[in-house]
Amino acid sequence: MHEHLPVLVIVVPLMTALLIPLLSRFGGVRTAWTLVAAALGFSTYASWALLARVGQEGFVRYAMGGWLAPTGIEYVVDPLNAMVLVMVSSVGVLATLWMARGLAVDLAPERRSGYLTVFLLFVTGLMGITITGDVFNLYVFLEISSITSYVLIGMGRRRQALYAGYSYLIVGSIGATFILLGIGYLYQATGTLAMADLAERLPELFHQRNVLTAFAFVTVGLAVKMALFPLHGWQPSAYSQAPAGASIFLAATATKVSAYTLYRFVYTIYGPRFLIDVLPTARDLILVSACAGIVFGPLLALRQSDLKRLLAYSSVGQIGTIVLGVVLLDPAGTAGGILHMWNHAAAKGALFCVAGALAARTGGTRVKDLAGLGRRAPWTGATVTIAGLSMIGVPLTAGFQSKWLLATGALEAGMPLVVPVLLLSSLFTVIYVWRIGMLVWFAPDDVEPKVTSEVPWSMRIPGLVLAGLCLVLGVTSWAGTWAQAAAEALLR
Amino acid sequence: MTLFGRPLAEIGPVVSMALCAGAVPLLVLFRKLPNLREATSLLVAVTNFALVLFLYDAWKRGVPIGTHIATLAPGFQLAFRADALGLLFALVASGLWILNTLYSIGYMRAHHEQHQTRFYACFALSIAAVMGAAFAKNAFTMFAAYEVLSLVTYPLVIHAQTPEARAGAKRYLTYLLGTSIGFQLPALFLVWHLGNGSLDFTTGGLLHGSTASAGLLTFTFVLYVAGLAKCAVMPFHGWLPAAMVAPTPVSALLHAVAVVKMGVFGVSRVVLDVFGTDTLSRIGANDILIGAACFTIVVASLIALAQDNLKRRLAYSTISQLSYVLLGVALLVPAGVTGGIAHIGAHAVSKITLFFAAGAIYVAVHKTKVSELDGLARRMPITMTAFAVGALAMIGLPPAATMISKDWLLKGAAAGPNVFVLVVLGTSALLNAAYFLPIVWRAFFKPLPEGAPTGRQEAPWPCVVALAATALLTIALFLFPDGLLHLAQEAAGYVATHGGGH
Amino acid sequence: MDDLLRELVRHYKYVIYALLMVIGLYAIIAKGHLVKKIIGLNLLQTAVFLFYLSIGRVKGGTVPVLWEGDGAPVTPIYENPVPHVLMLTAIVVGVSTTAVALALVVRIHRAYGTVEEVEILAADEDEADEPTGDAGA
Repeated sequence: MHEHLPVLVIVVPLMTALLIPLLSRFGGVRTAWTLVAAALGFSTYASWALLARVGQEGFVRYAMGGWLAPTGIEYVVDPLNAMVLVMVSSVGVLATLWMARGLAVDLAPERRSGYLTVFLLFVTGLMGITITGDVFNLYVFLEISSITSYVLIGMGRRRQALYAGYSYLIVGSIGATFILLGIGYLYQATGTLAMADLAERLPELFHQRNVLTAFAFVTVGLAVKMALFPLHGWQPSAYSQAPAGASIFLAATATKVSAYTLYRFVYTIYGPRFLIDVLPTARDLILVSACAGIVFGPLLALRQSDLKRLLAYSSVGQIGTIVLGVVLLDPAGTAGGILHMWNHAAAKGALFCVAGALAARTGGTRVKDLAGLGRRAPWTGATVTIAGLSMIGVPLTAGFQSKWLLATGALEAGMPLVVPVLLLSSLFTVIYVWRIGMLVWFAPDDVEPKVTSEVPWSMRIPGLVLAGLCLVLGVTSWAGTWAQAAAEALLR
Repeated sequence: MTLFGRPLAEIGPVVSMALCAGAVPLLVLFRKLPNLREATSLLVAVTNFALVLFLYDAWKRGVPIGTHIATLAPGFQLAFRADALGLLFALVASGLWILNTLYSIGYMRAHHEQHQTRFYACFALSIAAVMGAAFAKNAFTMFAAYEVLSLVTYPLVIHAQTPEARAGAKRYLTYLLGTSIGFQLPALFLVWHLGNGSLDFTTGGLLHGSTASAGLLTFTFVLYVAGLAKCAVMPFHGWLPAAMVAPTPVSALLHAVAVVKMGVFGVSRVVLDVFGTDTLSRIGANDILIGAACFTIVVASLIALAQDNLKRRLAYSTISQLSYVLLGVALLVPAGVTGGIAHIGAHAVSKITLFFAAGAIYVAVHKTKVSELDGLARRMPITMTAFAVGALAMIGLPPAATMISKDWLLKGAAAGPNVFVLVVLGTSALLNAAYFLPIVWRAFFKPLPEGAPTGRQEAPWPCVVALAATALLTIALFLFPDGLLHLAQEAAGYVATHGGGH
Repeated sequence: MDDLLRELVRHYKYVIYALLMVIGLYAIIAKGHLVKKIIGLNLLQTAVFLFYLSIGRVKGGTVPVLWEGDGAPVTPIYENPVPHVLMLTAIVVGVSTTAVALALVVRIHRAYGTVEEVEILAADEDEADEPTGDAGA
């Protein structure tokens, strides 16, 4: 079985998703949840096993049905996508665990089985994007994950969720169509869709106009999907209106997978020389929008009164940080960007678990309802504090490591101005994390906390695990080593 | 001695931090059993001090101390070791923690303070952070400990949760985090860049022999010192008076000893082990620090004169005294550096005495203003005697340990080209006398106000024991300064340059 | 000018796709009716489908099927089948997107009683005016 893991990691949840509507007739939501948990549990196991194999062998290739590329579709796992795969599947399992009791927070009983099915398809789509070595296959998985995410968002409790889902559908589809068009140009220029072949043929065609156009369309399309500033408009409503369980997973992983795709296009398909020699303007443009996002994301977050919207705006900044790694084109900077995917997934996942707990206890996600939370729900309070510190990038938390790598990478790459940008965003982040911390721990004694008790353990553990990760990754070199290996493989 | 199969000396620093931080779950567990909770605090403090003493002994015997935890990125490590400067800081902080815990028990109970578990837990975490900084092997580890200390002391400052405490705590964290993220972190990047990807503290200076331009080096140095705002050099001192809203034990140990000493300790590290005295005297950047320190010494004393609130007066005195350390280190001559570093220890024991006394007065007779202290020595003889010892120490008179350190400072100043430093030191001694002696005079020689009770009214016994002990310690360090001086000289490289001064 | 015109005429297919695409984008941006936006989206997607199909076009080509002529297989010039296959998938994706979009519009109509963007936003605005909370503490 082990040699088939690269395909099983996708096929098992895909097939399970088909079974759920049939089997959930017997046992209802419980059956559906068990199937989702089992499928994602398997995928998580498979991705960790793949990570271990990549550690030994460097990379893993799997030709679908024995058809070698370019005829068939190939799945390729290198350190980078092994890391992303582990991130997506692990957060998926934790979000599923949260949903065991958390579905009741904002979903009517009759909708829960369908919701779980769509959720599983969504996770599968993201994992598919990550693992595939074929650009058209990538597009298909991208659309699977997109369409399912429109549905998930639209299932939110309030009617605004419908409109948020619709808006994201329109904007997201434009982005996806741009990507499709870009892929078309690439095919027109090279006659192939396999990433490895594209990488081989493109350097000779760099000055051909359709190759340049393809890059523009793919980048803009991905920028929409990852909510890169200033194309982030859809994201705050989408995150804040989605049901609590889905938003944990959505916020922690979805945009990161699109960022991963940008890494793939820039490093693997076009090669790092492309941005340096052929299209430095594009490099500058991406750099500027990433930096603008890093500054304006946290700044906009300051003004929010809704916790989920606040966190969504902070994600705009964090995605900018991840994209920095794409344009620095330096080993340290690239590793920093990659590492930041993990770090931010852990921190943001934990914070959305807290937002979910807040929704479970107060029926809303107003920031001011956090007042006095630490008194009644110390575990949840600890989760939000630790994750918040990691968002700032306090030393000994995960966030510091990646920002350090990015800053040193920027110095090495001759872009010293990036350093003050990162520092500025940390300072803005301090302000809102502080505001939250004050409410949670130091609310005046006469304020009666809206959150009167802890949520069940099954909803506390995912947040605690992710917050714990923020600390563990901060003081160990394990994740950093992987990120550096991934960066080396990309820059080779 | 071994622990987990490794020599205790090697993992000592980590064990010390784990011990302090590990106390937290126990403290939370015993939150309903105050006696057990306080006993745990005291036990951990004593054990930790014993461990630091053991490390001190090991260091004297030449046993290598310290270990490497993780390399997070090239040249970016979490690693610990012990040297003279670090041990001095660790000994002072961990030793005084025992007395301070004793004092806290008396103070907090007499005062019926809320949130006592949070108080003890954050205190233990603060000491863990201080140990981390004292034993840091490189600038990153020190920075990490520095930031952690800022964050874990925040709950202590905001402790009372009154609007006043909130405002003070806000100012506290804004200053400390703002400067450390805004200045220290960029300085760290620059040092990393200039030092070819290394941040390890090196005797003689990590940047010794750096070919970077004097301007860039000076800029980095200024940025670094500004980022270490805990040293309270002006204009980055505003947080310290603000932090006085905290309960007195916090002001005593943290804002007279641990936190502020972390600042001056950090600057000493930067001068001695990051830039190195040779590099700094070549580029002349120390003159900026000398200027800032002299300015702070005089101006802070002048402000202190005008304060009627006892704790605020003590706070401005601390600001002034801290700059003695900065001044000594900035002189860059071994005698001056010795004086500065010895002052870390000497000032610690005497200033904590003063704060203990201020807290005891507050607990016993609820007085916070200097003008209310008339004749108080009759009601609180032990407290006021200890206060008098502390006051003498601030001026630099015998029988107080600070006389020794100030003596070395004078030697250092006389040896260098900056003779006006002597004038500053003289002026400061006069100013110190001007704002401390009247307090002593009021307490001992003025009559009690009309209608006030006259009976003996000392604070609870743990407070009295603690403040008597620190006062005696101040005198003891004056009578037997060898241990302190030896560490300071070792840190200053004094013995080495003067051909074995034993 | 002449050159440009000649280029445009020679690549008339691309001009048509580009026009179609722009019309689609215009509809998405300018139309307030949610269903018209979806139509715009479909136009946009169709433009890309047509672009793909034109890539596979070979002059004088025919369907890519092996013909048996007089006992021996004949391989005539045939069109590249790959883009057609790709677009089969993309069309499925497009239809699914449209289905989800229309389903959402139906739900929106039920919840808001309108499918005009302006009215929906106004309705949400009214709701936000109700006391749901200030900017935190």
